[in-house]
Amino acid sequence: MSDDRHPAFMPLILVGGLIFGFGLAYSHMARPEVVLDFLQFEDFGLVFVMFGGAAVTGVAFVLGPRLLGRAPLTGDTFERRLKSFDRNVLVGGAIFGVGWGLSGICPGAAYASLGIGNVTILWALAGMFLGAYLQGYWRTRSETSDTAATGAD
Amino acid sequence: MVIEALPLQATAELFPNGISRYAVGGLLVGLGTVVIYLGTGISAGASTFLESTLSYVSDRSRFQQYVSSRDWRVVFTLGIILGAAVYAVVYQGGAWTTDVQPWRLLLGGVFVGIGTRVGKGCTSGHGVCGVGSASKTSIAGVLTFLAVAIITAQLVSALGVSP
Repeated sequence: MSDDRHPAFMPLILVGGLIFGFGLAYSHMARPEVVLDFLQFEDFGLVFVMFGGAAVTGVAFVLGPRLLGRAPLTGDTFERRLKSFDRNVLVGGAIFGVGWGLSGICPGAAYASLGIGNVTILWALAGMFLGAYLQGYWRTRSETSDTAATGAD
Repeated sequence: MVIEALPLQATAELFPNGISRYAVGGLLVGLGTVVIYLGTGISAGASTFLESTLSYVSDRSRFQQYVSSRDWRVVFTLGIILGAAVYAVVYQGGAWTTDVQPWRLLLGGVFVGIGTRVGKGCTSGHGVCGVGSASKTSIAGVLTFLAVAIITAQLVSALGVSP
């Protein structure tokens, strides 16, 4: 779908990203200190960020397919984001939890943090790319013997 | 300040900064996701950008599977950065930088990079899109990383590491 993409595809992705990033900055998710305050039970506000976001997507995920049928810019059918459950979800979740609890930073919030002028966050971004590379390097090697394909969003 | 905190003692203790900034921000995060979803059918997460971008510089098959989506993921991420920059200019009045120590950011980042990829998603993919889809996998992922993150942050704090 790369060549016959709708001309509005990229602009729409950009607008969606703009709103997403503005929301992350507005919610102060882009400040590691605020996330760490939440994890240390000093400010429970972040509950509203995740569940507020999930509530909005939840409504759209239900209504979108009924009102639109197919996505106007790609012609794709609407599907729920359902990933297969296996041990990796728990193992990876736990590893991610260690990183989130140590640094107060997750991927989307780290990009937004750069946008609010937090150049120090480049340490976290460098770490994330390093971690993703190490994981991909290891996964590629292990897949040569084990051909199980893994989907990702 | 549409949704200002109720004047209850308990509310003030749980939410020292009120709830409006979090609620409004969260609704906007959801709205950004919805704009992309309704237009394209894609439920976008932020962590795949790490792998998809690595496909520009690495030939490994693990990264090459994201070649078809890597361009729009770059645009999505640039949008996130720009949107946050708009907030910084309009509301923040300039740049803000963290006091959290670089070693925590770097080491935490490595764990985040590995964990989101092994665990198939992050706070936006699992937390916003997945929970919004009522996906049991995502709910299990969120509960796992939330619990471990709380334990980790409390331990680090108890060891006297600050900020």
